[in-house]
Amino acid sequence: MNIQERRKERIDRGIKVRTEGIYAVSSWQEVTYLVLPRLILIAGLLLLPFLMPSLYWNKVITIVGIYVLLALGFDFLAHFVGLVSLGGAFFIGVGGYTAAILNKSLGLPLVATIPMATLGGAVISTLLLLPALPLRGVYFAIVTLMYPLALSRIIEALNILGGTDGILGVASFPNRWVEQYLILLIVIFALFGLRRLVNEDIGLIFRGVKDNDQAVRASGLSITLYKAIAVFIASAIGCLGGAYLSHIYNWAGISQFALDFSVIPIAATVIGGGGTLVGPLLGCFILVPLSEFLRAYGTLRIVIYAVFLVVFIMLRSEGIMVYAQRKYHQFERWVKV
Amino acid sequence: MSEEDILQVINVCKAFGGVQALLNVSFSVQKGEVFGIIGPNGSGKTTLINCITGFIKMNSGKVLYKGKEISKKPPNQIANLGLTRTFQIMRPYYSLPAYKNLIIPLFSPRARRTGGWRGGGKLGDRGTVSIDILEEIGFERDSFVPYKLASSLPTGYLKRLELARCLALRPDLILCDEVFSGLSMSEIASMVPLIEKLQMDGITLVMIEHRLRELFRVASRVMVLNFGQKLTEGIPEVVMQDERVKEAYLGSEKLLDYTFEA
Repeated sequence: MNIQERRKERIDRGIKVRTEGIYAVSSWQEVTYLVLPRLILIAGLLLLPFLMPSLYWNKVITIVGIYVLLALGFDFLAHFVGLVSLGGAFFIGVGGYTAAILNKSLGLPLVATIPMATLGGAVISTLLLLPALPLRGVYFAIVTLMYPLALSRIIEALNILGGTDGILGVASFPNRWVEQYLILLIVIFALFGLRRLVNEDIGLIFRGVKDNDQAVRASGLSITLYKAIAVFIASAIGCLGGAYLSHIYNWAGISQFALDFSVIPIAATVIGGGGTLVGPLLGCFILVPLSEFLRAYGTLRIVIYAVFLVVFIMLRSEGIMVYAQRKYHQFERWVKV
Repeated sequence: MSEEDILQVINVCKAFGGVQALLNVSFSVQKGEVFGIIGPNGSGKTTLINCITGFIKMNSGKVLYKGKEISKKPPNQIANLGLTRTFQIMRPYYSLPAYKNLIIPLFSPRARRTGGWRGGGKLGDRGTVSIDILEEIGFERDSFVPYKLASSLPTGYLKRLELARCLALRPDLILCDEVFSGLSMSEIASMVPLIEKLQMDGITLVMIEHRLRELFRVASRVMVLNFGQKLTEGIPEVVMQDERVKEAYLGSEKLLDYTFEA
């Protein structure tokens, strides 16, 4: 029998004091150690439109940005509140239609419709999901999956809101630079905003709801209220993406309720590493362009895409960012047992 | 009802399907006392606490807290009135450090009324206040313990964390569900003065316990439950002489000897 004589020892780098989140920063090296990854991410995102200057890839970057918003919302709900939501398509559809209606019927300009659709769509989504909030796990997921399917069929059957044609002639962005940089800035803002939120006091309550909801009730806090607040935040981010999508395509239609918007963010979260918030962003920047590259292979595209996902999940199931953060924050060395 | 009664439980019944977990249980607790609830396994003690704090809806009966009915209220509203509970199976937030566990109760409307939006009012922010509460309950302030993840803490500290969560709400009444169970003798020995200190601070305590000797050191009155029904109630020495109580506890002779050897 082969006896394992060595094992890998992992030691945290000495920069942390006592607990996660408290640092003793005393030199520029340590400041760099903390700031550099964030700076690389922000600079990388902002340089992307210059690195990919073609019109086609500009559009892809914008679409990726929308998927990132959905993935951030999914990761926030699933890993910090304990609600598994398949409602990406629901949020996109509600936000998209709200923006299109505000723009076409009331003639409001783009700067007004996007914020209004964000908040209005979030209110509508939260109200519709309110009855499902006592549910947990897969049951909540099924209700959120039901809404986009039902709403698209209702629009089709009753022929309201433009029916199968959708709402045409929604105002477009002034130029492609505004279009790209606005979504990239929104993505950066949403990412760092959510990261800060989950470590604030109210974020701790969200994490408490995920860990142990009965203890939260015993602490005198209503879990339904805090779940509703969390769903409002996630659906606001999703509806913002939907409103953006309507203004990019100058159109809102029932294909905005397509399940791509529910499923790709989840795949991106799995690939990028759930619970990190940065992971889903990276996951989207890998998955969506990959599917564009594979267009050359015609119908084989989905096969190759699926094989990539399966292989990735077999070999690195923890996700890219969980792996990368471990490598970055810990020394590893072999020690004799 | 006398002026002194902080909690009155009147004819509480609860059945789970065909199992009558509680049948016409009534008792009252006076302000400032330590009231014990004892009984064999499965006699309905934890169900009683769950009914009082709203975690389980009772079939019939009433619960009055400070003279007002609370039987229809959800658990979070009851906790905000100052009626808090610990869980027999500890329910910490395993993914959070011990002191951040307390930030959640400190965020409740009741704690915010005294502490303000930032947490502790004059005392600092919520983090500072929670370290103070943890020190009071027996976490060493200058050690690493309060900063450790709850998942890495031993049972003794988790039991204390349960009590600390109640204290963060600045309660008037704490229902303790077996705070001594699963602890070593030395850990229990350090918990008893803590309970006495809480009583001196003016907090009323209702304690479910199997460790009778320790319970009788602090409790002024006890109630005995068996098969969901109240057998008797009174001062510990008298209650334990009751024939029905001896019957309820199998091998009661031995148990009584053990109880009063101290």
